[in-house]
Amino acid sequence: MRPQNAAISKGIDWSLVWIYLLLVSIGLTAIFAATYKEGDAIFSTFIGFKTDYSKQFYFFLFSFVLGFVILLTDSKFFSATANLLYALGIFMLLLVFPFHSPIKGTESIIKLGAFNFQPAELCKIFVALALSKYLSRPETDFTKTRSQLIAAGIALFPAALTIMQSETGLALVYFAFFIVMYREGLPSAILVIGFSAAALIVATLLLEKITLAIVLTSLMLLAVYFTRRLWKRKSGLLYSIIFIWILCVGIQLFVVPIAFKKVLKLYQIERIYSTVGKDVPTEYVEAHTEELAKATDKKKDIDYNVRQSKIAIGSGGVLGKGLLSATQTRYDFVPEQRTDFIFCTVGEGFGFAGSVVLLGLYLILLLRIVTIAERQRSTFSRSYAYGVASVLFFHMAINIAMTIGLAPVIGIPLPFISYGGTSLLTFTIMLFILIRLDADRQMVLR
Amino acid sequence: MSVFNQSRSRIIRFIFLLAFLVIIGQLFYLQVVEGKYRQLAMDNAVFAKVVWPERGIIFDRDGKAILNNTIIYDLMVTPAEVKGIDTLEFCRLIGIDTAEFKKRVLDARFKNTAVRPSVFKGLLTKELQARFEENSWKYPGFNLVERPLRTYPFNAAAHILGYIREADTKDIENSGNYYRQGDFIGKTGLESFYESVLMGQRGVQYMIKDNKNRLVGHYENGAFDTASVAGRGLRTYIDIELQQMAEQLMSNKVGGLVAIDPTTGGILAMVSGPNFNPNDLTGSEGSKNYSRMVLDVTGPMLNRAIGGRYEPGSTFKPLGALVALNEGVITPEYGYPCGGRYTLCGHGKPQCTHAGNGHAANVRLSIANSCNAYYAHVYRLTVDNPKYGNVKNGYLQWKKYMNTFGLGVRLGLDIPNEISGLIPDTSVYNRENANYWTSCTNLTLGIGQDKMLTTPLQMANAMCIIANRGYYYTPHFVEKIDGETADDTTLVNRFRVKHDVLTHIPDTAFSAVIEGMNDVVKFGTARVAQIPGIDVCAKTGTAENYTILDGRRIKLPNNSMFVCFAPKDNPKIAIAVFVQNAGYGATWAGPISRLMVEKFLNDTLMTKSKADLERISKTNLMPAYFKRVQFKEDSIRAFKWYQTTKDSSYIKRYVKTAPKQPSNPADKKQPVHVADEWMAILPDRNPFLKTMNSKRS
Repeated sequence: MRPQNAAISKGIDWSLVWIYLLLVSIGLTAIFAATYKEGDAIFSTFIGFKTDYSKQFYFFLFSFVLGFVILLTDSKFFSATANLLYALGIFMLLLVFPFHSPIKGTESIIKLGAFNFQPAELCKIFVALALSKYLSRPETDFTKTRSQLIAAGIALFPAALTIMQSETGLALVYFAFFIVMYREGLPSAILVIGFSAAALIVATLLLEKITLAIVLTSLMLLAVYFTRRLWKRKSGLLYSIIFIWILCVGIQLFVVPIAFKKVLKLYQIERIYSTVGKDVPTEYVEAHTEELAKATDKKKDIDYNVRQSKIAIGSGGVLGKGLLSATQTRYDFVPEQRTDFIFCTVGEGFGFAGSVVLLGLYLILLLRIVTIAERQRSTFSRSYAYGVASVLFFHMAINIAMTIGLAPVIGIPLPFISYGGTSLLTFTIMLFILIRLDADRQMVLR
Repeated sequence: MSVFNQSRSRIIRFIFLLAFLVIIGQLFYLQVVEGKYRQLAMDNAVFAKVVWPERGIIFDRDGKAILNNTIIYDLMVTPAEVKGIDTLEFCRLIGIDTAEFKKRVLDARFKNTAVRPSVFKGLLTKELQARFEENSWKYPGFNLVERPLRTYPFNAAAHILGYIREADTKDIENSGNYYRQGDFIGKTGLESFYESVLMGQRGVQYMIKDNKNRLVGHYENGAFDTASVAGRGLRTYIDIELQQMAEQLMSNKVGGLVAIDPTTGGILAMVSGPNFNPNDLTGSEGSKNYSRMVLDVTGPMLNRAIGGRYEPGSTFKPLGALVALNEGVITPEYGYPCGGRYTLCGHGKPQCTHAGNGHAANVRLSIANSCNAYYAHVYRLTVDNPKYGNVKNGYLQWKKYMNTFGLGVRLGLDIPNEISGLIPDTSVYNRENANYWTSCTNLTLGIGQDKMLTTPLQMANAMCIIANRGYYYTPHFVEKIDGETADDTTLVNRFRVKHDVLTHIPDTAFSAVIEGMNDVVKFGTARVAQIPGIDVCAKTGTAENYTILDGRRIKLPNNSMFVCFAPKDNPKIAIAVFVQNAGYGATWAGPISRLMVEKFLNDTLMTKSKADLERISKTNLMPAYFKRVQFKEDSIRAFKWYQTTKDSSYIKRYVKTAPKQPSNPADKKQPVHVADEWMAILPDRNPFLKTMNSKRS
């Protein structure tokens, strides 16, 4: 046993472990600051499993122990069981439909005794593993469209299930796996098209339908005019330009309105529009009258969240107010402040300096993971590392961006910091699997 | 393959870096560049809670608090916290029905949200408060909140003390925004004059509030808080028992009464009739009573002691004598052969109650017998003094004397709304008489009539001057301020200055007049003011008066007046009493004054006086014509209401009924049906010329 243990500890990238511990400590401090009430005995409440920070502390202990168990596991175990775990993940997601607990606003949580368990969170690990497994198969040729579609399917199938559980935010996380696919050879064009589509949708939100249609048409005509010499040689060009034009106008005139009217909920539309700083057009509001009747103050709530969150962070100034003097976060002005809006506590308590330090930690973590990914000899490990980096990146960037008004409010937690057992457990497992794989980085085949 | 896409790792790193830079950029903007968020967070979380200081207390001469603070309770409700209470029992406790309960809770929710407390029932009675406190544990969401309130333990001195009201926009503006919405400010009386002393200093506590606006603690442990400073007390000269008795005496009468300590100028008592209980203006019925009194034509809110205009009549005579004596136009031995009327102006006026027998053989006798002819003549002698060349200069000289006596000028006591009365200027007579007039024109000024108007305060002060033989202190209530500061001296210093205005009048003159006034009590018109063991000096007065009602000039009963001071040597109290439309001076004002002197100097009343107190207090001398005036005012108001709102519910009352003149003025409520008195409400074409008969026997 001894030499083997020594071998394991030798391969471990301790920098990741330290960053992990640092982030979790920051998280515990922030949760403590957000939920501590004057007069509580700090030590006893910390041990007592009554308060949120105490619970989070025990979640951490549990996760950390599990992390060590993972480190002791044979690294081949993960590649070997990747598909099985994926199936298990899908099964759990499906289990949610009949067995989800009646918690307001979500249908993604199963109650296990005192714990709320959210399979949609955990499933990210399995997708990362399964995707890596697929990409690392010797028979997979990722230059083929079919392979690309299968890979996308692996990533997006759980997303579809998650959307059906009213957890759009968590579902969007799965799109982060496109970064992995990009690294493994997905044509840049697809990402460019993806960004263009996003740009088109934003333009749809900002501009009147007719105006945008005219702009698109003019662009098409200009493209046709400038490429007229090329038609002769490449006859397909003209058709593809016209096809793109039809596609764009179609999305803009029909797909987006239909999505807004039929697919998305009113509050989601409002969040999307509030990000670009506009009111929801009346035609969409009218399409959701029955929902409007149910929740009249939803709109106010969304504005309120972001405004209060911005006030909290903005009022922190350069150096912050100090941990327990942060009035915004301590007196409940920011909603969801221990979970999705935990960054406010850092921003208000420790100011710009503290925020930059935290962001720096995250950036170091991400870049370190990318470095680790690039030193892997197996595709599986590399893809998995990229998967971890992508998911973490998506979570951090979107979570912090939404607290400062740069992104729509979609409820996803800040990794290692936000309160929540499943979330902490998920990210811990993800990270420690990576550390375990990295420890055996010399292995080529899995 | 991995080598193939190696370059993409750099792109991915670049994307990560870019995203973080964008986020840091926005954070830099929010936290470093944009400054408004700090203030917004302060506004969010810190509430400047005003701590009201306790208002100063006003004490009487014996240190009894006559204006104090009390705590009354408002029952507050926080709708969100009202859970599982026995509504029926609660309603029975408070004395409302369940529908009302629901309505009030809903109102509170609507006005102030469900999580903030709002008033459920204001100004609880003591009994209700006790009942609620006993059971409060049963009713979560309901709690009592203290509210400081002014209280008047003796139910007296309403006009002196004044009242406080919430500062209106004008007050706030005038104070340079020192006062804020919701602050109380003294509106009249001592409350107003000594506002700066009484109000104290507002404190502020910075409290942290949470997202529901609930206060959760002190901001920075109270490092920025300012403590409130309680208002300081006022020590007055008022003798509250004397004041109470005076108010009792003046009840159901129109007029004014002032009693001053001549040695200090301190006002011992001041009453205006009709009066009201100051406690009526505080508490739950306060605003209702206020509006009722404002609309009352008898003017309970008017302080007639300093704001009533009265001809002094015969009470003026001692002053006339002093002026003439000082001017040397008469000597104390000067006599006038009065035959019952004054004939030297050709019209035989004024008439005199006495005739012959040398009833005006010298100054002393003339006062004792109150000879009208004597004083008309003395006035003429004064203004026609050859020293001054002509009557106009002579009159100006006389007017100067009057002003020195405090008539026709504001004395400047320490409550507001004092009027100056009237000693007309020569220009008035010039205008009325085509610039040509003689001493006969305003002859009756000599007997305190013509255009001369004084207030009870001025006459009481004039008595002080006579009692002091020439000097006075400006009448005032406040002897000293607790913890007096340099700023306060601007308020009170002028009351401590002795005004030696008429000490140049020879002592013989004063003696003659004072002895005369003493004789008035001993065997003259004011025998009613005799008190065994005390030498009282007094002068009665009776003035005719008229009013114009429904277009007709009607004669009203005489005003009963009385001025006095006592004891003769070393006087301690000077009094002026004016009772409107009551009769002779000696009938009402005289006994009232005697009772006052007796009470103040002896501290007890004689058996006879006790009976008098009973009798006078119970007598209603409210002039009957007020009823008619009130009816007209109310009906005009109702008509205007009808014109603007088309709501005829008020006007109907006046169309159907009008009060007939009751034979007994004490019977107030006897509305009798009078057919179609529509026109009563149309003053422009008022046909009512015969409905009033105000003559009373």
